[in-house]
Order: sequence, then C-alpha cells, then structure tokens
Amino acid sequence: MPRQRIYEAVTERLSILDAEGRVDTDLMPELEPGQVLELYRSMARMRAYDDKALKLQRQGRMGTWPPLKGQEATQAGVAMAMGDDDWLVPAFREHGSMLLRGIPGHLIYAYWAGDERGSCYPEGVRCFPVSVPVGSQWQHGVGVGLSLKLRNESAAAVTFGGDGSTSEGDFHEALNCASVYRARTVFVIQNNHWAISMPLHQQTLSASLAQKAHGYGMPGIQVDGNDVFAVYTAAREALERARRGDGPTLIEAVTYRLGDHTTADDASRYRPSEELAEWEARDPIVRLRRWLESEKLWDEAREAALQEEMRGWVDEQVAAFEALAAAEPEEVFDFMYAELPPHLRDQRDALIEEVRS
Amino acid sequence: MSDAAVAPSVQKLTIAQAVRDALRAEMARDETVLVLGEDVGVDGGVFRATEGLIEEFGGDRVIDTPLAESAIIGTSIGLAATGFRPVAEIQFMGFVYPAINQLFAHAARLRNRTRGRLSVPMVVRMPYGGGIHPPEHHSESYEALFLNTPGFKVVVPSNPHDAKGLLVSAIRDPDPVLFMEPKRIYRAFRDEVPDGAYTVPLGSAAVAREGSDVTLIAWGAMVRVCLDAAEALAREEISAEVVDLRTLNPLDRDTLIASVTKTGRAVVVHEAPRTAGFGAEIAALIGEHALLHLHAPVLRVTGFDTVFPLARQEHLYLPNRVRVVRAVHATLEF
Repeated sequence: MPRQRIYEAVTERLSILDAEGRVDTDLMPELEPGQVLELYRSMARMRAYDDKALKLQRQGRMGTWPPLKGQEATQAGVAMAMGDDDWLVPAFREHGSMLLRGIPGHLIYAYWAGDERGSCYPEGVRCFPVSVPVGSQWQHGVGVGLSLKLRNESAAAVTFGGDGSTSEGDFHEALNCASVYRARTVFVIQNNHWAISMPLHQQTLSASLAQKAHGYGMPGIQVDGNDVFAVYTAAREALERARRGDGPTLIEAVTYRLGDHTTADDASRYRPSEELAEWEARDPIVRLRRWLESEKLWDEAREAALQEEMRGWVDEQVAAFEALAAAEPEEVFDFMYAELPPHLRDQRDALIEEVRS
Repeated sequence: MSDAAVAPSVQKLTIAQAVRDALRAEMARDETVLVLGEDVGVDGGVFRATEGLIEEFGGDRVIDTPLAESAIIGTSIGLAATGFRPVAEIQFMGFVYPAINQLFAHAARLRNRTRGRLSVPMVVRMPYGGGIHPPEHHSESYEALFLNTPGFKVVVPSNPHDAKGLLVSAIRDPDPVLFMEPKRIYRAFRDEVPDGAYTVPLGSAAVAREGSDVTLIAWGAMVRVCLDAAEALAREEISAEVVDLRTLNPLDRDTLIASVTKTGRAVVVHEAPRTAGFGAEIAALIGEHALLHLHAPVLRVTGFDTVFPLARQEHLYLPNRVRVVRAVHATLEF
C-alpha cells in the first residue's frame, strides 16, 4: 500500500438565526428570554458606542477609531459566554467585547483619543490592552491559556484576531504551541472579509479559516458571525472544553466590516458597493430584533426606549472621558520600569523643567 | 565579591554551570519561576545551562517548546502578565529576530501601556557573541538593538560569580531583562561561586582591575580580552583600569565616569559592529560628563561594520589583545 489516506477531516459551519430572524429550534442554545434581551441590549450598546466614536472623530474630539459596526453579534456572543475568571486578549476592534467584560466605555474612548490611562483597566478585570501589531496577540492568548493550565484554574483565555492576521507567522506559532501545550485558549477569528483593502480571497485560498485548526490537531468550527446564537453556542462549547483542560479551539466567525478599516481609511476606494449592500441586509442586530419581535419580546416602544437609554449612556461615557484631567508630563516616564533608572530620571527632570519653566 | 551574601560553601563553576545554579536556586525558592525554550528540558540546553532542571522540577516548570522563537517570547509575555516569572531561552542571539516583534512591541511596553496594571517580569537568556567557530548566525552580538528600545534591562556577565548573582537579580526583577551569556567563555574558566541564591545588583559596574593611565571599558567576553591587554600593558609600565559594565541598561554611569575622570583616557571594547554600537553611546557620555578630564579622544575597539565572518575568518573580526593595546598606545601618544 504505497499510498494511503492518513487524514481526512470535516469542518462544520454552525448557523442558528438567519437574516430574516428565523431560528433553527433544534440548535437554539438554552437561554432565558432575559439573557437574549441582554444580548440584544449589548449589541445595541456597541452600535451606539461605535457610532458616537465616529462622530467624535469627525468633530476632532477622537483620534483614529477602528469601527466595529457589523461585528456586534460575534463580540457579544463570545463575551456573554465568558465567565468572570476568563481572560480576554483582544486585537484592536473588540471594543464591544471589552465593554461587556467590564471595561468602562470612557476608558476605551480615552485610549483611542491618545491617552495611555485608557488601557489601565479596573483592578480585577481580566483583559489585556488592545494589540495593534496584527496577529501578535494570538501568542499572548497562548501564554495566558498556559498560565491557567499550569495553575489548574477552571478558566480560559479568549483571544481575537481578524482574517488578515491569519496570514501572520504568529498565528501559526500560536495555534501550534497552544495545541502542544493543551493551553486553555479559545481563538476567535473575526473574519470580516477585509484586511484594509485586501479581500479574503487574496488573503488565503483556504476554503475556510476554521479548517486550519486541523493542521494543529485542534477542533475548528465556522459560525455565522452575524448570528449571535451560533457564536454564543460555539464559544460556550470551546470555553467549556478549554476550562476542562481538553485544549484549545479555533472559531471562525464569518461576519463583515460594515465600516471603514479605521477613520483614516476610505473603503469605497476598494470595496464594491453591492457587496456592502448585501451584508447590510444581514445586519446582526436587525435579525435578532426580528426574532425578538416574533417572540413578542420586543416592539417599537421598547426599541425607542432602548435607543434613548443608550444615547444617555454613551453621552455619559463621552462626558467622563472628556472630563479626564490632562496627564502629568512625568507619566511619559513613570511607567517604563517599576523603578525609574538614573538616566530616565535625568530625562524626566529635564522635561519637567522645560514644561514648567 | 563584597556583594555576595554570606554563603555556607562555594564551588568552582564555569559560567554555564553558574547559570544553571542560579536557575536551580530561584526555581527552588519561587514556584512561579519557569524555564522554557528549545531543547531546555530533556537535552538540558545545547550548552547544558539547564541540565537536570527538568528532572528536578518537572515538565510543567521546564518546558521544551516547539521550535518557534516568536512564540517562546509571546507565550512568556502571557505567562509573565498573569503571575509567572518565565526565564525564556533563545538558543542563540542570532536567532532572536523572529521574536523581535514580541520583544519590542509588547514585552518592553506592557507596563507603560497599561500604566502599570500589567507587567512582564521575564528574563530572556541569549548566548551571544563569536569565537566558537560555529555555523552562520551563531555569533552575533545585538545588544545595541535592545539598548535603543526602551523598556528592557540588558545584562551581560563576564564571569561565573557575576553570572549567577546577576541572573538571580534578573529573575527577581519586576521588568523584562535580556540576559546575554558570553558563550565563548561559557566553559573557559571556573570561579568560586557560593551555593544558594545571592544577588549581584543590576545597574552596578565592577572595576575588574584597577589602574591609573587609561580605562578599558567592556562587557561579557571582552572583559577577558581587556584584562589580558591590561596585563600586557603592565609589562610596559602602563597602568590600565578595566571597567566591567555588567549591566548595559541601566548603566552604572557613576563608576564609568569616575574611572575616566581619574585616568583621563578611555578605550571601549565590544564585539558588535562599530557604527551606532554601544561604544558610541559611552563615548558620548564621557564627552558629556568628563570632557575636561580627557587627555585623548575616546577610542573604540569593536567588530567591523560587516557581516560576522564564518569560522575561518572570525579571528580577523573579533577584537583582541593586540588591538586593545594598540588603541591604548594611540591614546597615550595623542
């Protein structure tokens, strides 16, 4: 037998809630109506928060902002499946998940407006700061997942990245090492189809990103990333597996970046408007609302009240962020090391003298 | 050796053995200390610097990693930020490039980025430098890259006693420390090394030999070259002081400047290429702080601004006693 089949694999795709708001009842996760309403509120909160950041940026009150519009179901579904002891290791577009994990909205605004204090999260919130160098954060998720395993903590690290980041070498190293270490890590690819101007089909010829998991000996699953029930289900299964000590999982959430890459980008230069229109019709928030309405859990009046509430909440975040007093000039230096070395003391003193004279 | 704590007994150890001794002492003292890297477990490290540790501490604390430098550092960042003290090994400094993104973009910055909420108490051990006739990419000295990247401490021992005491300090340090091990002298000689843990503080240079006519400034393997040169110069009745910097960041500027102020002449010796090497920084510091005490320009004896040659020509590249002596003559004849 000179040629044998040594490996065959199947990659599953999970989809529960379609664009019209209909669900596959056999696959529906066990969620109380209150929990589903909370998912909906979270997604509405993310959208309002993101919209406000774009407005602030146009008014010169915000720095470069990476919008999350369109990816709310993925970010809410994953974050809602996480427990207090789980760690979040984000890339840079996960404001939504970060809000749900307990990071105050005014801090995330502060970071993107150019204030390092925005990455000093409240004590006890298990979250890394955003990671701008694409793909590098995958590996921190491995380290945290290994840390949890070595302590035998019933918790997991959830690390996010985009479709573009799967082309980085760090993605390969991270998945390979996590698998070898049986790290308590869940990898979530937000496949939003565009890495700035590069469409997915130029990023990879792989039929899916989820199937890459097979090469690392770990389970991989593709989910409809605009279907919050599918995302929640896959994330919960992966988290339970990781917490049990059975190793990492790769989740590919197929979603779409409805906005630009950042406020410094103009997606109309490279993205067909028909494609955008197709994905706008698959809006993750709209479809959940349709389902809620069909279940008589939602109506116009409640929607209006929610929108009003979210506007108020967002305004509070803006007020808190804009009320932050300017950081002291010393802070450029003070967090470089636990103890400031002599040459940095000299440089700090020179700066202080310059700005205070 | 005044900074050594009172210890019950001493052993004669090489630098490689002293490194292992430090790891063993700190792993026994603190269960959050982990060792990870390529071949560090069952094989005991390609230089045997981790020999026996996996037998003593087990595979959860001495982790043979897949062959992936970036992941060794990236994983260590995740471990360090969540309560462990990883001691990562990059098998040769010439192989550190794939890990540079993790080191520069994350390890060096996490404390600052989070205003101190998360930090990276990690040590990265890296055998560095030439002189062992290895294949390509096994001889590099990249300290200047790391000295131009804020957020690290950079430590380079020159002898077994300091190797152990500095490594213990590095492991206990709350920030990322790059620990460059001069592989050329890993087993070149033995020193008396106390048993148990003791520290040599980071940021403190040593006067390896006292003298009055000229200061030779070096670190790592080049300290031995300078001591040899000082011995040769003594036969000509030239008194050379040798300052072993031991820690390049933070630099013990006081010891350096005090010595040059006393002697009025300085020669900096390093293996790394000359241009934008750390010797240039030292010359600038001496200019800023001791100009009026100088009798001659600060000279540099360094590697060339070339690719590190393969084995048959590496002797042409590496600074040696003759070049150091010649530079000292030049400062005296200026």
